[in-house]
Amino acid sequence: MIELLPGRARQVVQTDGGRPAEMACDKASVAGSVSQRACVFCGSRVVLYPIADALHIVHGPIGCAAYTWDIRGALSSGPQLHRNSFSTDLQELDVIFGGEKKKLEAALLELIAHHSPKAAFVYSTCIVGLIGDDVSAVCRRVSERTGIPVMGVHSEGFKGTKKDGYRAACDALYKLVGTGDTSGISPFSINILGEFNLAGETWVLRDYYKRLGIEVVACITGDSRIEDIRRAHGAKLNLVQCSGSMTSLAKMMERDYGIPFKRVSYFGIEDMSAALYDAAKHFTGAPEILRRAQELVREEVARIYPELLRYKEKLKGKKAAIYVGGLFKAFSLMRALRLIGMETAVVGSQTGDKEDYKQLQEMADPGTIIVDDSNPLELAKFCLEKDVDLFIGGVKERPIAYKLGIGFCDHNHERKEPLAGYVGMLNFAREVYASVASPVWQFAPRRANRTAAPLEPVGLRPAAV
Amino acid sequence: MRTDLPEPGMAAAGGPVARDASSVGSAPAKGCDAVSPADSPEDEAELESKHFTSTRNACKLCTPLGACLAFRGVEGCIPFLHGSQGCSTYIRRYLISHFREPIDIASSNFHEESAIFGGSKNFMQGALNITRQYQPQLIGAATTCLAETIGEDMGQLLHDLKEKHGDGAAPIVHVSTASYRGTHIDGFHSAIRELVNQLAVPGGPSNCVGLFPGMVSAADLRHLKEILADFGLPLTLLPDYSETMDGATWSDYEKLQCGGTPVAAIRTLGSARAAIEFGRVLAASETAGTILQARFGTPRRLLGLPIGIRESDRFFKALAEIAGGGVPEKYQRERGRLVDSLIDGHKYAFEKRAIVFGEEDLVIGLTALLCEVGVTPVLCASGGRSGKFEGSLREAAPELPAATLVKEGFDFAEIAEAAPELKPDFLVGSSKGYSIARRLKVPLIRVGFPIHDRMGGQGVLHLGYRGALELYDRIVNALLEVKQETSPVGYSYL
Repeated sequence: MIELLPGRARQVVQTDGGRPAEMACDKASVAGSVSQRACVFCGSRVVLYPIADALHIVHGPIGCAAYTWDIRGALSSGPQLHRNSFSTDLQELDVIFGGEKKKLEAALLELIAHHSPKAAFVYSTCIVGLIGDDVSAVCRRVSERTGIPVMGVHSEGFKGTKKDGYRAACDALYKLVGTGDTSGISPFSINILGEFNLAGETWVLRDYYKRLGIEVVACITGDSRIEDIRRAHGAKLNLVQCSGSMTSLAKMMERDYGIPFKRVSYFGIEDMSAALYDAAKHFTGAPEILRRAQELVREEVARIYPELLRYKEKLKGKKAAIYVGGLFKAFSLMRALRLIGMETAVVGSQTGDKEDYKQLQEMADPGTIIVDDSNPLELAKFCLEKDVDLFIGGVKERPIAYKLGIGFCDHNHERKEPLAGYVGMLNFAREVYASVASPVWQFAPRRANRTAAPLEPVGLRPAAV
Repeated sequence: MRTDLPEPGMAAAGGPVARDASSVGSAPAKGCDAVSPADSPEDEAELESKHFTSTRNACKLCTPLGACLAFRGVEGCIPFLHGSQGCSTYIRRYLISHFREPIDIASSNFHEESAIFGGSKNFMQGALNITRQYQPQLIGAATTCLAETIGEDMGQLLHDLKEKHGDGAAPIVHVSTASYRGTHIDGFHSAIRELVNQLAVPGGPSNCVGLFPGMVSAADLRHLKEILADFGLPLTLLPDYSETMDGATWSDYEKLQCGGTPVAAIRTLGSARAAIEFGRVLAASETAGTILQARFGTPRRLLGLPIGIRESDRFFKALAEIAGGGVPEKYQRERGRLVDSLIDGHKYAFEKRAIVFGEEDLVIGLTALLCEVGVTPVLCASGGRSGKFEGSLREAAPELPAATLVKEGFDFAEIAEAAPELKPDFLVGSSKGYSIARRLKVPLIRVGFPIHDRMGGQGVLHLGYRGALELYDRIVNALLEVKQETSPVGYSYL
């Protein structure tokens, strides 16, 4: 029998159709639980990782750098420097005598000389805070010597949660914003914040905005270049997708440059379309943008809808569990699942906030289980209780699903299929269908003795797509 | 003994031609070159003289990873990292992507306040919570660099835990695994040493053999159990994650997967009749084997990982001596089939150039195998730094040319920089060598850990005659594939 750990009771609710219960979230993980969360460093690393022409060096022992080497699906159209893993690889003597001068400064100077990056990010790991290395001083000196911006990222693992890591990344990014030339930027221009070009998603979105006649100044940080970020303050509107990670940057830009921001999501037909309309409506002086947006939506939806309907027919009534980093994505996923006929029975996040959890409860069907900062035992228990057919999460959740004979869709940073935009909705539906409809589940012990009719094939998959 | 490396491509059929072709084996199609993880060095010669203080694309992982895997090879044992939440999450993710199995690793989840005042409160709370949720037979506690740096006194902590909460927490074995000291393989061996150190007790004589294989695959562990059973030797294999990390699908959630070395069996290791350890570079270290030897007088045999014929021969001979008989006919036949296959394929392998990388002892075993089938290892590299790598390697592989580069403390950027000049025909190592193989357009034979880009990493067999045959077939077939793919004729009969 799996029981909730004491201290976690208020981080799990089941909707009953009444008034939303207040979730206890924003809490540090309970000691001894196997949280699916990571740490401050992870938050910073995730956000800054896709900046392809910057040097990213992890100051600390080898683990943190080794586990984040080329792990993400964030693509670059040019330099590939971000796919390396650079570490000061601190050894015992460095820990005793300090590693700033001998290791960090030397490492930075050599790597900058060799790779000629446009900027460098130095990530502090747990022990850097303890041994008293003055990372800021090193960054300052190296920046003076090399002439490129060198930003310390205060990402010591234990100093908060992943959210604090997002914040540290935004602080580092904000040192760049405002340092570039903004001449020539269109009055109809935006930045996309919190979009990481996983499997080329940024390129899909850039194409949409281009068709609308909107200039994307910077996508932060998907396929981004330091130069884009430096002139991001020249854009007229910020669209924030991964709001958990990037709202603080948007707020700073609003405060100092008067750039308004809107929260958007690019997942699913409804949210993708809303994102385009929101931007179009912002530019009231150019009604043609809204007209183009309507055309684009009509055209793109018409292209994917017939195939989506085929999946919907086959997936009708199937149940899903969602466990993601931030909740805003979960909203989109729930809508996208509804579009293909599926219900969401379990939904949760590592770092959702109170407001999001409230909205989630309002939006969820009665009986939905909602969890904050969950762990494998809880997730497994709820998946079994609700008898779900699909789990949407990241690599850490995948084996939980598979071991229980449940289909799985990777919607995390390691994914290799673009899931954003209209093409992304289609890919999502295909992936969900490919997993849920696979014949392999009939052999999984949990399903082996069931009489339910297996899914029938939708027909032959189109040979080339 | 030859001392020079053969000229690249001289004896290799299709040598330089093969390397220039754009469609070799699993190598990429044209146009993918923009995606090369390490920035392609423009001037190789200039690079060689450059020194880098940093580690670039490490060929090693941190110590707690090894400890966590070792602990999951003990029945009912849950790994518990004393440090930040991220360590356990990253390590889980890394292990999951290889084994494709759940692995629950708990964390004491340090906060700022724990870093200043010590993490004892979190550790105790954590131990109690783990016990309540998982009901483990044992908690395998490993310290992270954070706990080590603030100087956590684990002995005191465990004492206080016992005093305050009695049996509220499951029994704990702890190991010090500061990631600024050693690599994942050191963490692995240390965890095994501490399991024996803290659990083994004296007892009446037993027939049991203690075998400490090191960080091998789940398939290797199963094979070792089969071999010992065929010798009629009762075995305590430590660790044994052959089921816990490579098991079947469940009907209900298993908190801690079944399988693993029973804790009771580790306790009785004090009366084992012999201890066998794999790992030539362990020669001067304190290990599970040396502890059994010193404390209980257990005869200890330190062998290389039984990869290839001769290292396997040494292992089978040792078993025969311990069992007091001969090698079972089954294995004599396996050896015979292996030799037969080596002969069948020898021309394809002869003087082919290989780069081998990974943990030191794995590289030693693989190099021994490659040398005995006629392949020329041109670079043997490891991220480990035992100081014993080259000596042990040359002992296990006496044919290794003097000119072969043997590098400890090496990283993947250094391998990538050395590789073009060395003109390898193939690479042998973990999937982390893929970008180099891709750039050179040569096959990568995926072995060891991690294999993150293929199915079945946990099922790769390396050990014994059977493992050697499987590795040999894969190597020769990869070479044949290159030969076939790059041949203008495209023979369907080789």
